[in-house]
Amino acid sequence: MPDVNSLSPALEISGLTKRFGDKLAVNSVDLVVPRGSFFGLVGPNGAGKTTTLSMATGLLRPDSGTVSVHGTDVWTHLVESKRRIGVLSDGVRLFDRLTGLQLVTYAGLLSGMERTVVAERAADLLELFDLDAASGTLVVDYSAGMTKKIALACALIHAPQVLVLDEPFESVDPVSGANIRDILHGFVESGGTVIVSSHAMDLVQRMCDHVAVIADGRVLASGTTDEVRGASTLEDRFVELVGGRRRGKGPEWLRIS
Amino acid sequence: MVAHLIRLRFRLLANALSRSPWQAVAVILGTMYGLFMLMLAVVGLFTLSFAPDTLARTTVVLGGALLILGWTVLPLLSSGIDETVDPAKLATFPIPINTLVLALTVSGILGVPGIITSLAALATSLVWWQTPLIGIVALLCGAIGALTCVVGSRMLAALTVRISSGRRAREAKTVLILIPLILLGPAILAVSALFRELRTVLPTIADVVAWTPIGAIWAVPGDLAFGNPGAAAIHGLIGVATLVGSILVWRWALDRALERPATATSVGATRRGLGWFRVFSGTPTGAVAARALTYWLRDPRYAQSLISVPLVPALVFFYTGASGDLSGLLFVGPVVAVLLGMSIYTDVSYDNTAFSLHLQTGVSGRADRWGRVIAVSVFAVPSTIIITVASVWVSDSWERLAGLLGVSLGVLLTGFALSSLVSGRFAFSVPAPGENPFKSRPGGGFTLMLSMFASWTALAVLALPEMILALIGFATGNALLGWLALGTGILVGSVLLIVGVRVGGALLDSRGPELLVQLQRQK
Repeated sequence: MPDVNSLSPALEISGLTKRFGDKLAVNSVDLVVPRGSFFGLVGPNGAGKTTTLSMATGLLRPDSGTVSVHGTDVWTHLVESKRRIGVLSDGVRLFDRLTGLQLVTYAGLLSGMERTVVAERAADLLELFDLDAASGTLVVDYSAGMTKKIALACALIHAPQVLVLDEPFESVDPVSGANIRDILHGFVESGGTVIVSSHAMDLVQRMCDHVAVIADGRVLASGTTDEVRGASTLEDRFVELVGGRRRGKGPEWLRIS
Repeated sequence: MVAHLIRLRFRLLANALSRSPWQAVAVILGTMYGLFMLMLAVVGLFTLSFAPDTLARTTVVLGGALLILGWTVLPLLSSGIDETVDPAKLATFPIPINTLVLALTVSGILGVPGIITSLAALATSLVWWQTPLIGIVALLCGAIGALTCVVGSRMLAALTVRISSGRRAREAKTVLILIPLILLGPAILAVSALFRELRTVLPTIADVVAWTPIGAIWAVPGDLAFGNPGAAAIHGLIGVATLVGSILVWRWALDRALERPATATSVGATRRGLGWFRVFSGTPTGAVAARALTYWLRDPRYAQSLISVPLVPALVFFYTGASGDLSGLLFVGPVVAVLLGMSIYTDVSYDNTAFSLHLQTGVSGRADRWGRVIAVSVFAVPSTIIITVASVWVSDSWERLAGLLGVSLGVLLTGFALSSLVSGRFAFSVPAPGENPFKSRPGGGFTLMLSMFASWTALAVLALPEMILALIGFATGNALLGWLALGTGILVGSVLLIVGVRVGGALLDSRGPELLVQLQRQK
């Protein structure tokens, strides 16, 4: 008998809704992320990307709707799902009074892993992200890009099957960014699933095989990258879908000379 | 520009209050408390006008000096600096430094504490209303004194922004706070001898204080009343020089802070290895304990909550021991136990949104609770025992040791239980990581105080069994009751702790995401 779970998608969201006061932040979102895909979630500021991803990873309770990871409902089997997911949250702090090595170790131990395994993997991850020289430095003294990388290492230490990364490339320098992309591609090739949110359309077009465009808490388009962008670039298609582009060069007084 | 910045201050305050009605309630209650204190001060000062001149002068000088000292130093001890208009945030705007100094001074005076202090300082003229000329001088001196209060606090805030952004200094401060904690017993003994002759010594102390920057300005009217214009002139000069000096130092510090905003990139020394993570067991509970203990040693905000530990027992002693009766010392152990037990009350709030790592990894609420309790126990249990034994030793009442230890340990464990329960459910408004630990948000401290007060009451009720046993034991001199109190304290405290951790952990498991939302709102 085939394992039902092996057929279910990596992440399946249906009817997901979240309201903050008067604002409907996420409005009945449906999304299917196939296994082994490199999935991009794009949308303007305040579109509901972070809110959606927080609900998908068990960090923010939805008002209604369901989320399942590899066929397991996230909100009824929280701990089991969290073992499968690795999360990089945008805009949350880290325990930055720990050294890089301590922080990654902390994340591993919290996941309930053996100390020896944690030590081995922490060393691997720090080396992978070129952070071994800074392993004894407090994370608060890291640059923005190093902080992103150490947070990514924390998300990876328990060897998740699905990686959910909110703005992983923000303030990361081009070289580190390319290295991170290689690591993520390797992860996908080995059968893992990566979901990233980003503003950088070029990057998403080159990097992701699947993409969803989200605005005002709704999914405007979703599918393989080629399906969504059609004949134009992803950026043009995005602007077309989302709207709000203005023509003109701004007021007279802003033009010097 | 000045008016604009002051409007900004009130706009920020109003916006903060409209975001959270509880904060508004807290600010109103705080204002009422302040007005009550002001009323007491005015009545007291008016009454003084009928008292002998020496008493009036002593009171005004010492009171005034305490006021200035309080404004400048208290922010170091508690959280008190109102940074509603944070100079660092104004750094990008082209505001002349003198304008900024003036605007920040005025906005400092126009806050609730500023207005109440100013009115109280001006009210010192009531003491001399029978001789109007001196009264007018007193009014002027009061104004200078009030200004010195506000400028002093601003100066210290600007200076500590520099100091507290260096990690080395922060760590040094932690040590500075822990040393008095250990030396508490002997220190109290030494101070006690001094305060026994307090009443006769006070006028002399006032005379000395009158020559210090914090006391000089308040001594001027008294000097005139004694017919001593020469001394009055010199005291007045010292007072004015203090104000001018403070303004200059503040201006300098502010200028530096604006030129190099406090994003201190001082790269700390690198540390080898895993530190506490190697010491504690490699389980989630052990990991939380290692992390929490690392923070106790590295994060100045934790040092902040420890500082009251040596302070409050000192006050207990001051009130009871001044009469020469050392039995008041016996309160020290239980009071320290209360403070240490409640010291993890805001633990999750201190984590801020970093707490999301606990949610992401799916660590159980119970492991989270135990880890935090274990970390604080590492130093809280020995400290409580040592201080209790020391207090018994100093006051030479060994027959009370068992009962007292029972109460102290019982209260400590019960405090852990309550903290574990409450911090698993509520997030409080506390300084964020890396923020000035002396910073306070309007009303934020007050909300915390209200809930603390409720928890203290609960603590007192829950610790009744061992307290009653110990008290009856003290009254009847029955040693057995003391030992019973010790057993009861440890047993009841432990049971409560287990219950507190379980319920708090269960709350965390079921409401973790909601707690994270609260934390994000505090951010």
